[in-house]
Parts: sequence; structure tokens; C-alpha cells
Amino acid sequence: MPQLAPRAVLALEDGTVLEGRALGAPADAVFELVFNTSMTGYQEILTDPSYRGQGVLFTAPHIGNVGINAEDFESPRPQVEAVVLRALSPVVANWRAQRSLDAWLAHHGVPGIAEVDTRYLTRKLRDQGTLKAALSTQGTPAQELLRRARTWPGLDGRDMVREVTTAQPYTWPGDAALHSRLHFPAGVRQAEPAPHIVVYDFGAKRNILRHLLARGARVTVVPAHTPAAEALALQPDGVVLSNGPGDPAGLPYAVQATRGLLEAGVPLLGICLGHQLLGLALGGRTRRLKFGHHGGNHPVQDLRTGQVLITAQNHNYFVDADTLPPEAEITHLSLNDGSLEGMRLQDRPVFSVQFHPEAAPGPHDAFGLFDAFLDTVR
Amino acid sequence: MPKRDDIHTILIPGSGPITIGQAAEFDYSGTQAIKALKAVGYRIVLVNSNPATIMTDPDLADATYIEPLTPEVLEAIIAQERPDALLPTVGGQTGLNLALALSERGVLERYGVRLIGANLAAIRAAEDRQRFRETLVQAGLPVPKGGSVASVEEARALAADIGFPLLVRASFALGGTGASWVHRPEALDEAVRHALGASPIGRAWLEESVLGWKEYELEVMRDGADNFVVVCSIENLDPMGVHTGDSITVAPAMTLTDPEYQRLRDLARAVMSAVGVETGGANVQFAVDPRTGRTVVIEMNPRVSRSSALASKATGFPIAKIAALVAIGFTLDEIVNDITGETRAAFEPSLDYVVVKIPRWAFEKFPGADPTLGPQMKSVGEVMALGVTFPQALLKAVQSLEIGVDALDGSGPNRAPVPVPTSEELAVPHPERLFRAYRALQVGHTPEAVAAATGYAPWFVAQMHQVAALEARLRAVGSTTPEDELTTLLRQAKRTGFADTHLARLWPWLAPEAPVHIRAERVRALRHRLGIRPTYRRVDTCAAEFEAQTPYLYSAYEHADEARPTDRPKVLILGSGPNRIGQGIEFDYCCCQAAFALSDLGYESIMLNCNPETVSTDYDTADRLYFEPLTLEHVLEVVEKERPQGVIVQFGGQTPLNLAAGLEQAGVPILGTPPEAIRLAEDRERFAALLERLGIPQPEHGIAHTLDEARQIAARLGYPVLVRPSFVLGGRAMAIVGEPAALDAVVREALEAAPGQPVLLDQFLDDAYEVEVDALADGQRVVIGAIMQHIEEAGVHSGDSACVLPPYKISAYHLEIIREYTTRLGLALGVRGLLNIQFAIKDDIVYVLEVNPRASRTVPYVSKATGLNLARIATQLMAGRTLDELGVTEEPRVQGFFVKEAVLPFAKLVGSPAVLGPEMRSTGEVMGWDEHFGHAFAKAQIAAGMPLPTEGAVLLSVNDFDKGAAAKIARDLARLGFRLYATPGTAAYLRRAGLEVTPVNKVSQGSPHVVDAIREGRVQLVINTPLGAQAHSDGARIRAAAWEHRVPLITTLSAAAAAVAAIRALREKSFRYRSLQQHHR
Repeated sequence: MPQLAPRAVLALEDGTVLEGRALGAPADAVFELVFNTSMTGYQEILTDPSYRGQGVLFTAPHIGNVGINAEDFESPRPQVEAVVLRALSPVVANWRAQRSLDAWLAHHGVPGIAEVDTRYLTRKLRDQGTLKAALSTQGTPAQELLRRARTWPGLDGRDMVREVTTAQPYTWPGDAALHSRLHFPAGVRQAEPAPHIVVYDFGAKRNILRHLLARGARVTVVPAHTPAAEALALQPDGVVLSNGPGDPAGLPYAVQATRGLLEAGVPLLGICLGHQLLGLALGGRTRRLKFGHHGGNHPVQDLRTGQVLITAQNHNYFVDADTLPPEAEITHLSLNDGSLEGMRLQDRPVFSVQFHPEAAPGPHDAFGLFDAFLDTVR
Repeated sequence: MPKRDDIHTILIPGSGPITIGQAAEFDYSGTQAIKALKAVGYRIVLVNSNPATIMTDPDLADATYIEPLTPEVLEAIIAQERPDALLPTVGGQTGLNLALALSERGVLERYGVRLIGANLAAIRAAEDRQRFRETLVQAGLPVPKGGSVASVEEARALAADIGFPLLVRASFALGGTGASWVHRPEALDEAVRHALGASPIGRAWLEESVLGWKEYELEVMRDGADNFVVVCSIENLDPMGVHTGDSITVAPAMTLTDPEYQRLRDLARAVMSAVGVETGGANVQFAVDPRTGRTVVIEMNPRVSRSSALASKATGFPIAKIAALVAIGFTLDEIVNDITGETRAAFEPSLDYVVVKIPRWAFEKFPGADPTLGPQMKSVGEVMALGVTFPQALLKAVQSLEIGVDALDGSGPNRAPVPVPTSEELAVPHPERLFRAYRALQVGHTPEAVAAATGYAPWFVAQMHQVAALEARLRAVGSTTPEDELTTLLRQAKRTGFADTHLARLWPWLAPEAPVHIRAERVRALRHRLGIRPTYRRVDTCAAEFEAQTPYLYSAYEHADEARPTDRPKVLILGSGPNRIGQGIEFDYCCCQAAFALSDLGYESIMLNCNPETVSTDYDTADRLYFEPLTLEHVLEVVEKERPQGVIVQFGGQTPLNLAAGLEQAGVPILGTPPEAIRLAEDRERFAALLERLGIPQPEHGIAHTLDEARQIAARLGYPVLVRPSFVLGGRAMAIVGEPAALDAVVREALEAAPGQPVLLDQFLDDAYEVEVDALADGQRVVIGAIMQHIEEAGVHSGDSACVLPPYKISAYHLEIIREYTTRLGLALGVRGLLNIQFAIKDDIVYVLEVNPRASRTVPYVSKATGLNLARIATQLMAGRTLDELGVTEEPRVQGFFVKEAVLPFAKLVGSPAVLGPEMRSTGEVMGWDEHFGHAFAKAQIAAGMPLPTEGAVLLSVNDFDKGAAAKIARDLARLGFRLYATPGTAAYLRRAGLEVTPVNKVSQGSPHVVDAIREGRVQLVINTPLGAQAHSDGARIRAAAWEHRVPLITTLSAAAAAVAAIRALREKSFRYRSLQQHHR
């Protein structure tokens, strides 16, 4: 196999060059390398639009075991620029699987590298912070990859949302098959009469939409650049600011729209990037974390109850709590590093979380936030 | 919430003796709990009958009672110590059952003892299958179809509804006792009767078959504020149908999508809530239909379990410690994660490696027992291995087993691959099924066919198939293979987990003439020349997201190394590997003591072991922990990485001793007694010469390399003779041969047990007293730790014999001779550390049977009884201190009698002859103390689960040699008011002796016969002495029936005499209970 398998080369901006086995498409990619510590759910991670511009390293050694199925998509295609892993499964072994990870990535033009020391890379990212990187599965020389990694401008200040948001507003679900049955056991509380929720698509994960739908909402998804007035014209009972990729500082139009929504007093739920946009709209500042939070085991404490939620997280930027105005009440903090994980406004039905209550992948501890949101809508 | 301050003293019951299904993992959990609770200021009272444990070390708890784990004893201790709380969740099933019993008897209420860590309702709901099921059904959680029955008739009706196959289990029984699969209606009645008999509450449970479904387990933790985390997910390689303790298991789960995994997580949480487990650790087992994903909950344990020990070691999350802390009020977010030092226990570990556990069985010791695996657990120990990938972890686990196998085809340096299996064989769960499956792949069966036959998930089979493909490519390598290709392949082989010894067999060209172990050295040298060395990775709970403060390491062949050895003076301790019969927790106790002693002396202690059940593999026992197979390859690599001042090999039983020669050859310094002295003591010829030179008597003996030689020697010695192989522990393949006709088979087996080694034959000293000594020596002086007398006569393996300290029937004259011989031998062998000698006394002559210049099985027992911590002192001696410097110059004296009794697994291994002999068969031991021998013996019997009756009837069936002595015992029992039953021959003899006795038919004479009498409960005690080595079928049936119906069984007359003394004592006055701390004050 080592002689026969195509080779891949990964170069990091600090000069590290690793060789491994190629997977996915024959292609080159330049990206910001982040690691994700989830032990399940690579399909959801790879299709999460928040990863646009990034290459994902999986710390779990065996990836591809359960293949790719028709239901666990968070968007229609892989969103990552590249995949870095230790051991690609030789087979697909799960009752729902339809194709292999390798074939699926190849089909969508995404390259990957396997058989590299992923723990070594993770420790490097932990110690040095997120690094720019370049990968080739088609023989581009290491020196050239290094040059590309070093000259690539990176994600800071850039608008990555443009690349992933919907071009046109649409109603969810357009296609019932996209609605995963596994995520939703029966018995979720239904809101009556059906409230209308508008979701700003900054790179929204489908599971946010599924959660709203499962609670009886009518869901309209609008493009990221939709001005507040246009969204309000849809007469929403509540608005969700979705997750999405990149630096919130690169999205002045979205901050502008968020301000408009705040002023209108419509109930608002911010998730991840949506939470950061809310922070900026309130006059706060966002900053970059050293290596981000990416995984499904992040403990978050709800300061009002003391309860710890184990949450799914995926973000490189965070809202600096010290820069928020007094009307913003801090509701959640990370137990790991004390960073801001959630807030609410005392004078308006507005709250937001940095983590992913919709999970997918990850623990379901924070599902209740969707109920709480729909309660404010009613 | 901070800790509760309404509690000051906490009572913790341990789990008692090591048995199949309840083993060393509860030493680990109890030890962690005690340490954690003491650290936050509570006073701890511990009760455990097992002296071999670390937890009963008197330094740990504030009051340590080595007493029987019965409600009566606990009540007495509660009255004495007045604890405010009882923590029943770290002592296995025993702990929970005691909590239930104490509560039902009103003891807890009477003394104001609060139950912490679990409430009664939750224990009942989880432990009673019927209630558990009802609870789940009410909460809307998915369960298999099934129900509880109290009679065969009820079972038939229920089975008609469920359909076949179905599972029958005994309610409230440990380790699956009494459980079986029933495939046809005709087999139902017998299975139900068996289960009803094994159930302490007389109920059986019937359940829908989920055979062949995927099996998963979640280890979870909850605190009083309803914070909930999953510590670890475990996927079984063996599908449903094999007890999880007998399954090869993998962590984390490998073949689940996220929605499926999260569903298990949601269900586990819902099960905890439904059952009412408010705080603590628990495990929840699931079955998942691989065709549809249908998931059902199988069971939950509202306590720390064997799987939690595994999960703790697999993740670095100390479940027992955290469970203890949440039990007294802490919440998970208040507890710091020791490994990162910065994050909290309120999180879920993420693994960037794969963990494989493989059980270790001991069927070779139980001829006749069925090795087919099923719902009743049969393994006696387990190994765990960590690897970056599943194949690497799997291969390392196989190499850890110490069964002579280093490859997936079941081959090893001296072992051929297992035969190619038929597909019928692949379908049978069996200790060798893993090897058989690989073998099938090796010879070209498709992965699909192997997966279908075994029920292994296709993913695991595909991984094994890749290993087989690589092996085929490795086999094709030759002396002409270019070096770069060789390098690539060798690196890939090591990354996959191939052992050097295996590569040595695949690559004969490396040294065509050399034996395999020399070729393995060549492989190693080649590896090193090509720069292919292991890198060590840290177990950090978080997949490297945070920096690990704890050096808990495993080997890999990756890019970067994280060992970061220090430059402190350091010592490497080699552990004892998987628990097995003959080598159990006692040796882990010794290794832990060594680590503690070294830390006290200012050394950095480094532990190397592969047993997840133990205290030694806790990350805070030694300063550094390498979780590695105990093979020369892995040990040498760690030695080269760490460069210790020395290695300790005398504490881990036979395992490290087997490595000593290889380590010496590699120039590794061995601390303490030189391995040469250990070898001398094991080399019968040289040892005999030494005894002769020292003027110490020994039984007549001879050494045979062939069957012919053995026949000649036996003829010279005269029968009976004792036959045994050299260099094995626990009396493997050892037997007493009474007549020439029986010799051949025994010698053949002994030659096979230790290939290439001679067989030893000794004159057998009939009816001799056996005495055992543990001593310390520093090269200048020998100090005796204890002299113990075996209660069974010579011929019963010392590990299976009850034993009393101090000796109760040995004259001062003989004791002096024993002391003198011990000193002579200790000095002559140059012992630095521990020394164990077995003596026999016959016709006024003291013989030396065996000398072991290393830690023995009795070290913890002696240490607990005398207060002299032998293993710790021995470590100090090895580090260069002298006995004088340590002030250890006198043999300690004890007050009263400490009796050790062995605990045997016959009830679990149906079909194996229930008789004691020179081959050790016990899995564990208990200790009983009292002022008088009779009381102490009675306590030991109670602790061993075979309480002696004080009234009723005794059945005697003894061989002709024993009839005279049996008459005396029968008379004593009759005077104590017992009715006598006897088989016809024995009855006739007793009648002639003037005793009133009721004869009972032998089984061969037809009903009503002895087995009926036992089954019907007419007999409260059975005394049956078997005749010689030949299995007397009637006697075997009597003994099997006694085991099955839990009637105390005594198989030697000396034990019977001790039992009579005990019964008399029991009737005269009550027991006294005293903590070790009071003993040693």
C-alpha cells in the first residue's frame, strides 16, 4: 500500500511538512487548519458551512467507518477545504450508509491526507495557535505548498459567509427527505399556532432548521445580506441568526441588519456566528481564540441554574464579555477557559449562545434553548 | 455544592474475595474512593474480607476491618464504629447487596447511617430485572420483550409469548451465574430450574433473544445537580450473547453515526433518571440491531463496575474517585480534572487512540469445563492495550495476554497458528474465536463470510483483513528486498502492532540458523538501525486539546514523542499482567507497595503493566505509568527511553521473572536478589545440590526430560509421586500420581505445559504438615515475617490450602528448625528482598519443598496480619538499605489467629471436578481473625461464602484410607448434635464404630441417592475425600451437587477437623471484631 497509494503532502506556515496517503480528490488546497475532537459525526462536521476556508483535522483516529448516509447532512456538500486524518476506513459499516467517505470527497473535489501523526499536529495547533496550511494530493512540491500557505491572507477580516449563504430566500423544508429522522424522536413540544421564524443564513446548519420545524414553526431562510427591513417585511414572529464561517468582523452588513432587528424588538436567537454578530451589534468586540473550540465535549455552565451543559462547539472567534453593554446579561460561560458562551438582553426577547444547541454532531443537552426561543416568540 | 458537613465517618464495604465476575477492579475502585474521601477530610471505615487488596492496607482507611462481608458482621462493626454514612457503590454487587440487607433489617435506621452514592429505590430498580424493566417501560424507554417467573410453569407460559431462542437468567446473581440460552422449548424446564436454584431470591428472568445484535456500553456519571457526562463508550467485538466480561471490547465505539451514538447517550441519561440514580457512576448496556438500528436497553449497574475500571484506564477519567466525591455533595464542575490540571470533571473525555480489552481465561486448569462462551462469565482476568489504531491496540492486547501468542493467528514463539476453522466453529463464541477468525481471513475466506459467521461488525473484520494483507506482504520480504522498501514495510508493521518476535518468524532470512528469540533480537537491531523506535503518547482525556500534567503513556510508532523522561533517580517496576489463577491481585499489591516505597525514598517510580483492573495502573500510584504489554520488546524500549537505575522483577509474580534473563542480557540492572539466585532456586538439580551442601533435607526426587526417564525415576522413588513441570506458577499441570498406570498422561501434560523444560518428580510426603514462611533478607541478615501452617495436608497447592498464622499444631522444636533453615537459605542465595519457603514436616523431619526468592502470594496476608509491610521493606532493601537501618530485626508476634481461606470457582465452571490438588484452582482468598483458632477458621469460612452450619445433618463419604480418622470427626459432630448421613461403605464403618448413621445410596445405586439428599436440602455439610488422582464419578457428583446447591463442602480430613473446632466455637460464643489499626497499635 505505501508504494501504491497516491501520496499527499501537507505543509504548515511554520515550516512543518508531513507526507501521508492521499484521499478524496486529486487537488490542491490552502486553508486554516483546525482540529475537531468529536469522536462521532464526521459527516455533519464536513458538511457544516462554518468550516468554509478551513481544513479539518480529526483527532479521532478512525474516520470513514460509517460512510456517508442520506440523512446526516448539515448542508448539501462538503464545506471544508481539506481533510486531515490518521486512518481512513477500508470499508463502510453502518446500516444507513450509502457511499464511502473517500468517494464522496472525491466526487466533490475535496482533497485529504491520511496516515499522518494527527496528535502531533493537534499539539502543534494547541501550542502555536491555528496555522495556515496547504495540501496537495497531486504532487505539488512541498516548497510551493509552503509558499502558498505563507502568502495566503487567511480568514481574519474576510467575508466567508458570501460563499455559503443562500442566493434566494426559501421555505424549509423544500424536500422532506432532507429531514433526518434520527435526530427527532417523537414527543417534541409543538408550538400552536405555527409561528413564522425567519432564519438568516450565514451558513446555517440544517439541524437548526429541523429543530424549528419539529417544534411546529414555519421556517423561511433568507440570504445573509438581507437588510433588516426586508426580513421584517416577512412579518416574522422571531428571527434566528445562524452559525457561519469566518471572522464576524468581515461582515459589516450583517451587523447592520442585526442592529435593525434589535431596534425592531423582534424576538432574536443568535447561534455561534449569529451570537458574535449580536455582540458586535450591541457595541461589543470579538477576538480570536488561540486555537478555537471545535468538538462535542465542551462544558458550558448556565450561570442562572449552575447546570453544566455538554455542548458541540465550532468557533475561532468569541465575544469579549468585558466589552458588552450593561443590558447584556451573561448567561453562559465556558468551564474550560471561562470565555463567553451565552447572553441575553434584559429589556428585549433576545438571547444568543456561542455553542451549537442544535448539536449535529454532539450531545443534545442544549435542545431546550429552541423551546425557550419559541416560548419568547409566542 | 460543597461537600456535606453533616457526615464525618463513612463506612465503605469492599467486594470481598476475587471471584469470576467480581475481581481486582473493586480494589481499584475502593482504593480510589478511600483516597478521595480521606483527602477531603472524612474518617473512613473499611470492611473487606480480602487481605490481598491494596485498599486493606492499614495506611489507607482510618479503621480497616478484614472481616466477613455479611449483614451480621457489618451491623456489629456499625455498632462499634458508628459511621454516619455508608457508600455501597464501590464494592461491586456485594456492596449493593449489603446495603439492601442492612436497610431491610433496619440496621441503617437504627444507627442513623445514611446511604450515600445510591438510594435503595434505585438499587432495587436496577438490580431486580422485573422492576428495571417496568421502570423503563413506564418511562417510555425501549427494552427487549421478557418477564420474571418463580416456577417452571410460569416460565412455559411466558416463553410461549416471547418465542425462541430466549435467555434465562437467575435474578440477583453475580457474574451471570445460572444464566443460559434456550433454543428449543424442550430445553426450557432444565434451564429455568437451574436459574431458580442459582437465584438467591428464587426467581428467574426470561427475555427475548437479541443474540447477534451489536453490543454497546456507556459509562456515565451524574452529580447531585443533575449534571451528566458520558465518560466512555464501549463497543463489543463479540456480538450480543457473550457476557460482556467475556467479550473482547473496544473503546470508543467504532461503528456508530453521531445520531445513533447520541441516542445511546440520551437513553443512558433517561435510564439514570428513571431508575433514580441521583449521583455517581453507572453503566448502561445496549443492544443495537445491525440491520435496522433498533436499539434496546439491556441493563444498568447503579455503581462502579468492571467496565468503569476499564473506562477509567481507557480515558484517564477516574470514575471511582469522582463517584465518591459526587456522593458527598460535590458537583462535577467543582472537581478538577487531575490530568490537565486546569479543566473540570464536568466534561466528556475525547480519545485520540483506540483501546482494546481481551479477557483472560483459565480453562486449561479446569478440565471438563465447557469453554464455550455465553451469558455466564468465565474469564478470570483481562488485559487492556492502547494503540493509535484498532489493529495496533488489538495486537498489543494479544501480546499482553501471556498465553504465548503474539500474532492474530494464535501463533507465538513456541506456538503454531490455530487450525483453520470451519464456519460452524467460527459461529461458536470461544476463547480462540478471534484467532480463528483471523486464520480464516489468512487462508482466503472473504471478510463478508467471516463477519457473517462470527457476528463481528464488518468494520472490525475489515481491519483484521488489512492486517492479514500486510502480513502476507511482510512474508514476501527477503534478503534481497531493497532497504527503502524494507524500511517502509517494517515501519508499517510496527505501526500496525506486529511484535518483533512475530516478525522474527516471518523473516527467517534474517538469521536462518538462529532460534526465534535470537532472530527477534535481530529484528530489534534492524529496527533500531533503521530508526524505527516507538514514540510514547500521553493519555490526556482530551485528545491533546489541553496539556497533560500526568505522565500516563502508551507506545506508538508515530512522528512525535511525549514521554519527556526526567533526570531524577528512577526505578522501573514490572507489574504482573492479567490476573489469572496462581497470579492475582497479591502481586499487584506488592507492585503498588514498591511504588509507594520508592516515592518515599525519593526515587521516581515507573510502573509498567497492562491490567486495567488494578491499582498499579492508576495514574497516581506510581510517578509515571506505561500501559504496555509485559514482553521483552516493550519493556526494553521503555528502559531505553527512561534509563532507570534499576528494574524490580521480584514483585510481579512469574511475569517479570520470565523477562529477567532477557533484561540481564541486554545489560539492564535488576534490583534486589540477583535473577541468577531466582533461577538457581527454580533449577531443581542445582537447587538440590545447594540443599545438600547446606545440610537441609528434601524429598527424594528426580528430573526427567523424557517419558522413559520419568518412568524410571518414579519406580525408584516409589508411588505416590508428585509430578510437575519447571518454571510455571500456580502448580500448572502438577499432579500426584498414585500408580504407574496413571503416570504417562500426567508426564505428557507436564512436558507440554513448559515446552523444552524438564519435568520434576518428587517423592510425595503422604499426610505431612505443610508450613510456609515469608522472610526478608538483605544479604547480611534474614528476618522472618511469618510462619504459616497449611490446614490441608501436603499435596494440596499452597494457594488453595487454608492456612493459619501463627501455626497451631507445630512444635517449638520444629519452628526453630524452620527458622534456622530459612536463614541458611536466605543467606546462601544472596536474597535482597523477599523470600518464601515451603516446608513439609513428616515423621519429625523438616523438609524443604520449594524456595521462591521473590514476592509470594502470602505477602499481603502476612503484612496485614503482622503489621509488618513486607513488600515496602523489601523495596527499601532492594534500594540498598539494610534491615538494621530499617530497625527490622525481629519476627513479629501476632495476637490470636489469622486464618486465610481460598475461594474456588467451581460454581461458575460447571463440569470441572470440584476437588483440591497440587494444581491451584482458587481465584481469590479471604482472611478471618479471632482470639481462638476455631473462631478464626469459622470466620474465614463465612467470608469465603461457605458458612459452617451449627446444626442439622452432615453427609460423609470418605475413601478407605480416611475412614479411621473420619470416625473421630463423625463422633465429634454427633456430639455437637448433628445427624449423620453416609454413603454405604462409610456408613458401615461408622456403624461399626458405634455411631448412629443413616446410609444413603450412591448415585450409581439409584434414587433416592446422595445427590437427591443434597438437592432436597436435607444435608447442611458435606465431607467427601476423593481417592487419589482418579476422578471417582460418584464423589465428583457429590461435590458438584454441593457446589451447585451451596452446601459447604470439605474435601480433606484436616480441614474437617478444623471445621469441627470452628463449629464448636460458633456454638459457644460470639465473634470479636477488631480493626487492623487496633491490632497493630
